[in-house]
Amino acid sequence: MSFEQITPIVMPKWGLSMREGRITKWHVEPGATITVGAEILDVETEKLAGAVEATDPGVFRRKVGECERVYPVKALIGIMAPIDVPDSVIDDYVAAYANPDEGSDDEAVESKYKVANLELGPIRYSVSGAGSQDVLLIHGFGGDVENWMFNIDALSEKYRVFTFDLPGHGESYKGIDDASVPGYAKAVLAFMTAVGIQSANLVGHSMGGAIALQMLASAPERVLSLTLIASAAIGTQINQSYLEGFARANSRKELKPCVEMLFADPALASRKLLDDLLKAKRMDGAQLALEKTIASFATDGAQQLILIHLIEGAARPVLAIHGRRDQIIPVEQSESLRHAKVAILEAPGHMPHVEAAREVNALILEHLSKVN
Amino acid sequence: MARIISMKLAINEAIDQEMTRDPDVIMMGEDIVGGSGGDGEMDAWGGVLGLTKGLYAKHGDRLLDTPLSESAYVGAAIGAATCGLRPIAELMFIDFMGVCFDQIFNQAAKFRYMFGGRAETPLVIRAMVGAGFRAAAQHSQMLTPIFTHIPGLKVICPSNAYDAKGLLIQAIRDNDPVIFCEHKNLYAHECDVPVESYAIPFGEANVVREGKDVTIVAYGLMVHRALEAAKKLEAKRIDCEVIDLRTLSPIDLDTVLESVRSTGRLVCVDEAHPRCSIASDISASVAQQAFGSLKAAIQMVTGPHCPVPFSPSLEDFYIPSADAICAAVERTLVLEVAE
Repeated sequence: MSFEQITPIVMPKWGLSMREGRITKWHVEPGATITVGAEILDVETEKLAGAVEATDPGVFRRKVGECERVYPVKALIGIMAPIDVPDSVIDDYVAAYANPDEGSDDEAVESKYKVANLELGPIRYSVSGAGSQDVLLIHGFGGDVENWMFNIDALSEKYRVFTFDLPGHGESYKGIDDASVPGYAKAVLAFMTAVGIQSANLVGHSMGGAIALQMLASAPERVLSLTLIASAAIGTQINQSYLEGFARANSRKELKPCVEMLFADPALASRKLLDDLLKAKRMDGAQLALEKTIASFATDGAQQLILIHLIEGAARPVLAIHGRRDQIIPVEQSESLRHAKVAILEAPGHMPHVEAAREVNALILEHLSKVN
Repeated sequence: MARIISMKLAINEAIDQEMTRDPDVIMMGEDIVGGSGGDGEMDAWGGVLGLTKGLYAKHGDRLLDTPLSESAYVGAAIGAATCGLRPIAELMFIDFMGVCFDQIFNQAAKFRYMFGGRAETPLVIRAMVGAGFRAAAQHSQMLTPIFTHIPGLKVICPSNAYDAKGLLIQAIRDNDPVIFCEHKNLYAHECDVPVESYAIPFGEANVVREGKDVTIVAYGLMVHRALEAAKKLEAKRIDCEVIDLRTLSPIDLDTVLESVRSTGRLVCVDEAHPRCSIASDISASVAQQAFGSLKAAIQMVTGPHCPVPFSPSLEDFYIPSADAICAAVERTLVLEVAE
């Protein structure tokens, strides 16, 4: 008997650095009928906890992975199959499944980050997938490539996807003279040239959205479309105490309350996430870069650069995504946008691409499919 | 960019980058020059284990080879520090610190206090600590508690290459005397270390493993033993939290208390002798401040109260092992069953 009717559920890979995950909870029991998007189980990684959601409808037949145990990425953890597939076939499938060896892809994981040497210094980036168009993911203030850990895989099935650390962020160069949004836009365009991106679909989060809009203004020929996630530069109000608290924090204790503001569920601010952010923030020059960025970006809770007019006149399709429970940039700013497709997600906070990755990925893919 | 390097290289890199960044940083020690690729004596060791190899070639006479007189050059370093330089004195083995106790305890540690805050002593004394090197009782001690006892000194003991670089950079930039303890059996330990400079602030412990059942507190080499124990105990479904103190003065008691309040059980691991140790200090503080959270008696895992033996088999027996830590963890759980 063939295994054609069996759909394996495997340990997902969220981001380039994920090697394994721990199953913390099963949401379904064998025999349950599952619809697309249903939460099947919860997985905890070193950085974040999230739910594995069904990508296909069907009947859940078996839990292969146990709760509180750690499995490598791509390990078989569950089985979906129509009810008429006998248990013996599922047994055979489980026995025949080639589970990855633990830690075997360590080197492959490490080498996925590359370095582009710009005039001002190195930019860390990653590239994955292939397609006729490029997608460039631009993180926000204080972020880095890891922000896109839940999005790269889904988008790279159809496109060549680039992520990178903005100057002053992550592992990119820290000595930025111009920490304004136009300054960042200039650096991103230089990065695109350095890695051979002619034009790209820009996906910008928060300040990254403002950078994407600025790029549309300064180099429209290099912008195919815009996806603005919880974007800055649309309205005035912004959470100044978050920006300043994040820039200043130099310990877990100081950083935690700031990072908790990013998510609707503060539990997502895991110890590992905080440690990784601190590692980046403790690099010489990182804090100064963040402080310089704030200086031109926001004063007394008001954004200093508003680019909403660019959306109104944009000759490029624009998708705006915003979480209803955003505590950094109010949802109303995206909600009131005209001349753009607006998607408001009820559950997430300021990080919908992390908190509701599946929905955000689907929205982006649908948006991009209309660009041609 | 990060790449995998050893703690030995991370320490060399920290000194190199700080000497490049700040012309006031100088270094003194026995045989620390050398290794510069020159002829004869110029191409010596770069320190007893080659930690400073290559630095003389880059920074020249800002590295001074000193006579075999710790009290002289530690005193000179303290004097230079109060006059505006940022000296790093390398003392080979922490066991040799005894001959400079007046310089360290009565001078360096007291200047800020006794001169009404008008004198600063930005000094780092680097020294090797710990057993397992087959170097006998006079070169194998874990003397960290002697220095944490003295107000005015900061005491650091990293467990990995990443922390070693960031903490040493912080130590060099710090305006107080810092005793920087390097475990000689960790020099070869490797992990991801950024090429760039970064400073890790003092007084923040690192939770290297999260767990629900028992808190294990350790520092230096013992962090690795604790992790090994935690892995072994996982098979028995015992979930250990492991805290790496990283800095012993200042000490991050809050992180320890927070953990114990959630697990209710504490095992303190220390390579130092058992009495008046970091382990006994943590134990006392937790008993005082979180007694109500404890579900079992606090356990300590330390070496015995005897000099480090020279006999290799006895020396191995002397150093707290992962099995000894496992047994201590299980004692905190058995007690609960007995009640």
